[in-house]
This record gives sequence, structure tokens and C-alpha cells, in this order.
Amino acid sequence: MSTRRFAVGIDLGTTHCALAYVDLEQSEGEEVVQGLMEIPQLTGPGAVEERPLLPSFLYLPHPDELKPGDLRLPWEADPGRIVGELARSLGANTPIRLVSSAKSWLCHPDVDRRAPILPPGVPEEVPQISPLEASTQYLRHLRDAWNGLHPYADLAEQEVTVTVPASFDPAARELTADAARALGIENLVLLEEPQAALYNWVNDSHGAWRKQVRVGDIILVVDVGGGTTDLSLIAVTEREGALELTRVAVGEHILLGGDNMDLALAHVVKAKLGAIGVELDRWQIQALTHGCRHAKERILSEPDLDVVPVVVPSRGAKLVGGSVRTELTRDEVTGTLIDGFFPEVPANARPAGRSRTALTKLGLPFAQDPAVTRHLAAFLARQATATETLEGFVPQAQGRTFLHPTAVLFNGGVFKAEVLRDRVMAIIDQWLAAEGGAGARLLGAPDLDLAVARGAAYYGYVRRVGGVRIRGGTAQSYYVGIESAMPAVPGLEPPLQALCLAPFGMEEGSEPQIAPQEFGLVVGEPVRFRFFGSSVRREDRVGTLLEEWGPEELDELEELHAELPTGAHHQAGDIVPVRLQAAVTEVGTLELTAIPRTGRKQWRVEFNVRGSGDE
Amino acid sequence: MSSSKTSIFARLSGAVASLRRLLGTGAPAAEAGTEPQAPRVKARRPPRKAPLPSAPPAATEPQSALQLLCLLQQHGRLIDFLQEDITTFSDQEVGAAARLVHQGCRQTLEEYLAIRPVREEPEGTRVTLGADFDASLVRLIGNVVGEAPFTGTLIHRGWRATQVRLPRVAEGHDLKVLMAAEVEL
Repeated sequence: MSTRRFAVGIDLGTTHCALAYVDLEQSEGEEVVQGLMEIPQLTGPGAVEERPLLPSFLYLPHPDELKPGDLRLPWEADPGRIVGELARSLGANTPIRLVSSAKSWLCHPDVDRRAPILPPGVPEEVPQISPLEASTQYLRHLRDAWNGLHPYADLAEQEVTVTVPASFDPAARELTADAARALGIENLVLLEEPQAALYNWVNDSHGAWRKQVRVGDIILVVDVGGGTTDLSLIAVTEREGALELTRVAVGEHILLGGDNMDLALAHVVKAKLGAIGVELDRWQIQALTHGCRHAKERILSEPDLDVVPVVVPSRGAKLVGGSVRTELTRDEVTGTLIDGFFPEVPANARPAGRSRTALTKLGLPFAQDPAVTRHLAAFLARQATATETLEGFVPQAQGRTFLHPTAVLFNGGVFKAEVLRDRVMAIIDQWLAAEGGAGARLLGAPDLDLAVARGAAYYGYVRRVGGVRIRGGTAQSYYVGIESAMPAVPGLEPPLQALCLAPFGMEEGSEPQIAPQEFGLVVGEPVRFRFFGSSVRREDRVGTLLEEWGPEELDELEELHAELPTGAHHQAGDIVPVRLQAAVTEVGTLELTAIPRTGRKQWRVEFNVRGSGDE
Repeated sequence: MSSSKTSIFARLSGAVASLRRLLGTGAPAAEAGTEPQAPRVKARRPPRKAPLPSAPPAATEPQSALQLLCLLQQHGRLIDFLQEDITTFSDQEVGAAARLVHQGCRQTLEEYLAIRPVREEPEGTRVTLGADFDASLVRLIGNVVGEAPFTGTLIHRGWRATQVRLPRVAEGHDLKVLMAAEVEL
């Protein structure tokens, strides 16, 4: 018999996963008893070790590649799917069998995320799995590890919080929830990662956070992980005399992270070696990236160090004769990282090229502009009016071109380097000073790798027993596209209207809302709708019909997909008038339903995660 | 952790098990010199005025030694380095490779053995050892006469592994293969 004893937080990261938990029976008030699971995983053939992080890599071995006995875990596991450290190291030599960045594929709008497409572009005989299946596999590993350590508290029955990037769209959230449901996790909630980081900060302060912020504060969370950059703004508000946190805006999905930085350094060194006639192969570049990461960490943490030697090992056993020695200098690190990824830019700087509009082949839509600070400037400017509608909130003064944050919380492994935290703070302060604002405060956060998992576990705890909650609801308003009826004009697309289905800030578990407009659905035929989201239109209510909007206001998301099956009441070809209802589930996913004018039957409207390339 | 689920793994050798017991749960190195619980398990030297132990010295199992070598090769290329004939290479070439070996092996030792000095004092300081000092932690050298307390100069700080957390090994895994040959297709 197992019981619900723990609030479990799972950080399902692009490059690493972590699991933290709060013991619900032992915790009381702000005295929280929490722990971090050491995750058993294969670290070499036949070797199992516990590590706090599980690398989010999955390797699909050739049947003759490894002995099945060498792939055993402390639980029954499929030897055809290796997860974690060993997967990563095998993949360095054999990338065609390695699945990586599955999470980024999970929100890729142009591919079928339930179809076996990973690893992409491999020889026919190599098995492939879907982005959804890869995410499920990481969760399964964590579940099996947990159940091995807690035989009387099955993970499926605990309060489980899985984190997602704040920028995940409704379809990607739905897929993440599907992965958890596939493992039988019943009490599931999704939480945005920057919010989890802030929860961790709240928990760490043991109540002192109330003294560190005040009403009117706007906390900017800058989360730069291994593969993604995630931005959120959280306002400090007041309700009935108590401080409250309200998430007012989230940034776009930016595929840019620490791995890009290490790779950039490796290419600087590779070019340097190329200039003296030393060519490196793919394996050596991987080794060089590893060496550069090491050298970078030393240079960033030791201010007196100007040069760190980097040695690229030989692949064969001749180490002394075959290794290539070079070095990484402070100037190169500064030039590449600080000036490349965190350049000093004015507040009106914008990233070059938007990834969504770029024509991408079957690959991930990586950010075109590597400058985190430019993405940050664009985000703050876009959200300049984000706090205007906030009740009881100090209005932002006139003449401000961007939203002025008053405090900053960093998260993600990249910001372990103090130099980079200082750099971002200095740039934000410059922007603020240019508009006559005071500098922003830095909210101290320890353990930037594990904060998200810890914060998620703490969130599960406060959901259960009460405590400060970050309010906010959906970070976008959602619209369905309607092509208006008008005579066809050659060369002109029929004008598109957007009908608001769900307002900005719709909260989990709140009353479902129905737009009054009716649509005719043809029974027995799949119907597709264009679907849009806006992170800036806060005023639109359900049923608001937009005739026109600014180019930056609406982003097109996955199509919606509805099919009314033929049945007792409806025959194929009938047209049934329906209205569309939107609800945000307790889990935190958006649910759309088609409700006919007559009859009781309702139909789920699905997000079309099959990609748009199949027409 | 030691639930029945781990039974499919070969138990680590008796040597490691006893080493674990010897090290306890990683007592702070600073207290090492005056640690109250003297390691009885592996105490080859008989306590003063006590009878000789009945069990003769036993051979250790080779598994954990092989495992450690395998890790040092994997992360620090130690075997490649030691097996290579370095007579014809310049000091600079050897030095470059040594850095690689140093970085990888050091990290490995830190991760799996957490090596700390036995004595925290800088070498060269005068130290006094009480009657209860542990001869397996501190060795008296030179003019060894008289009775405790002994006062002398710390020549070497000593090293000890404060934890042993080697990976668990799958049953039937051949640890004598320190690194598999690689064939690229």
C-alpha cells in the first residue's frame, strides 16, 4: 500500500534532469524538510553510479554494440534505450544513435512530435523515437529510480510537479502532461521554470523574502540553462494586507544556452589551431569543447588567471605524441562570451532575425542572434505596459520605453559565473539609469543547477498546505483565426480575423469560458483552425473579435484540429453549429472544447502537434 | 539503497567493504589525528600490550583496484600516459599531456575518493602527538625513542580517502578490460 507522502519536483531540462522532494509529513510552515534524489544511472558499460543530475540524453545502441548484462540498472529497464551519463558519452563517438535536446523538439511547431523523428536524419536501420517518447523515457528513468528508493511511496501517487519553460506553448505543455500521464502519474501539475526558481528563492529565505521585496517591485527572472533562455517578469502585489506575487509576462522561446557558449569557445580555439595548420576532427572538437568549458570556468572564477592551457587528447593510445596543446586566453573568453553573448547594448537594441519566421529545414529553430542581452532588451520593451492593468500596482511613469525591473533573480548553470551575473546587472542598470530609474537589486540564489527542481517540490508543498503562491494564469491570450467571407480577389489572401477564446491570465481550474460566436463544423470531416497567441494583448475578453493587429502582437501557434464523428444524431456531411469553450485544467494545460447548440455531446479540440509540413 | 534490487550487482569486494567501514561516513579530515574510534577493522598493528591478532594478513580482492584504474583511464588517460615510451619526447610535449592526465585524474580522485590531507597543519610545523595517537594515520620516523607524547616536525601531511564511492558493477562485467579497443565504422 503506498501513500501520498511527498511533494516531488521534477526539472525535465533540455540538457539535464533533476528530482527534488519535500516530505509532507515532516514539514510544517516555513520549516520544510526537503531532499534531492541521487539518480542511479549507467556511467560506463557495467557501471552504475548515483548522480544528482541525469543528463537528458538517450542512446539507442546497436544490438552488437554492448553486452546486455553491462546495461543493467537496479530496476528492470529496456537495454535498447540508455539514458543519462553513458548515453551522453556513447553519443560523443556515435552521434547517429544519440537523442538530445528532445525538449526543444517537443515545442518545434513544424514537426510531428508524436512521430519517430529522433535522432533526425539517420541511416534507415537506426531506430528512431518521438520527442514525446524521449521525454517519457527520462521521466520513466526518474520514476523507476524513485520507486527503487521509496518502495512504499510510488511516484505515481505522490504530488508531482513537472516544470516547463515559461515560453512553452499550449501544445508543448499538453505533450509534457501526456508524458507524465503515460507513467500513471495522477496528481500532476505543470509549473513554469522561472516561477520554480522564484519559489526556491522564497523557500530558501525561510520567510525573510517578505523583507527583501516590497509592493511595486518587479522581479525579472533570467534563466539561461544549457540549451534555452527563459525570461519572466513577476510583480510584487498586495492582497488583503499580505504580499503576493503575480507573474505578469513571459518571454519567447529562445534556443540559446550554455552549450552554445562552450561551442563558440571551441570554435575560437579551433580557428587558432587551423591557422597553424592543425585540423581537428569531430571527436576532437567535442573533446576541445569539454576542455574549453573547463578552462572557461577557471578563467571566469579566478581573476588573476590570464591564460589556461587546453589540451586536445589524441584518440589513440599515443597520448604524448598525439595530443594537441593550445591555450585559451582571458581575452578570448571575454571577447567570445561577454561581448558575443552578453554585449553591452542600449535598451532599444533588438535581436537580429526572428527564428520563427526563418525558413528552417528539419532542424531546431536555434536563436539567430546569440546576444542574450538583446533578447532581454526586446522582451522588456515588448512588455513595457505589462503592469498597467495590475490592480493596486504603482503605475510606471510616462516616457519609459521598457518595463523597469527593480530586482533580478538569476537561474541556470551559466550564471554560476559571477562575471556574467555582474555583467547583466550592469547592463540593466545602464538601461535604467538612461531613463532616470534606480538600479535593480540582485536577489541571491544558491545552487543554480538545482533551484528549479527544488522550487517545484516546494510549490507542491505550498499547494498542499498553503503559503505564498505566484498568481498569473496563462501568460498569453489565445485566438482562433477566422477567414472572413468575401469575394475572392486574385493575389489577395482573404482577410483574417482573430477571435479571442481565452483571455490573458486565465487561471488553472477557473470557470471555463465560451465565446458566443458559432462555427459550422462538418460532421465526419476533420476541420482545422489557425490558432494564435499574444503575450501583450491583456485587455481582450472572450469573444473579442480582432480585425487587425500589430505585427508583433500575435504569434501563430499550432493549428487546432477538430473532428465530429458521425453518430446517432449526426450524419456525415451535416453541418453542426458549435461554440468553442476554453478552460485551463488543474494540471495547467489549455483545454478547448466544441459545444454544439443542441445535444449534450461535446468534442475535444486538439492541438495539431502533427506539424504543418504534411499538407 | 541496499534493498534487494541491488542484488543483481556483484557485491563489491571485501576490501572495499572493509575500507568503507574503516573510513566511516567521511569524518572531517581535521580531526583525523585524534579520531576517537580507532579503525579496528584493518588494524594490522596490534594495540599496545595486546596479543597479536589471530587472523593472518589476507590478500585483497582485485576488483576495486581495477575499477579505479579504469576510471583513471576513462577520465584522465592515465594508462595511455604510463604505457607510452616518453624518452624521445620533449619536456614540453610530456608536460602538455601531463596536464590532461593531471586534470582528469585529479577530478576522478576527488569524485570517487575525496582525498584530504591527514594533518591540516602546514608541513614544517612542530606537532605533538598524545598517547592515544593512531599509528596508522601518523608514522613516527627518525629518532624514535621515549614515550608519548611525542613532539616532532611534520614532514609530510599524509593523505587519506575520506569516502569511497566507486560505481556499482554489473554481474559478469569483466573489470580486467581497462579500456575496450575502439573500431570506427
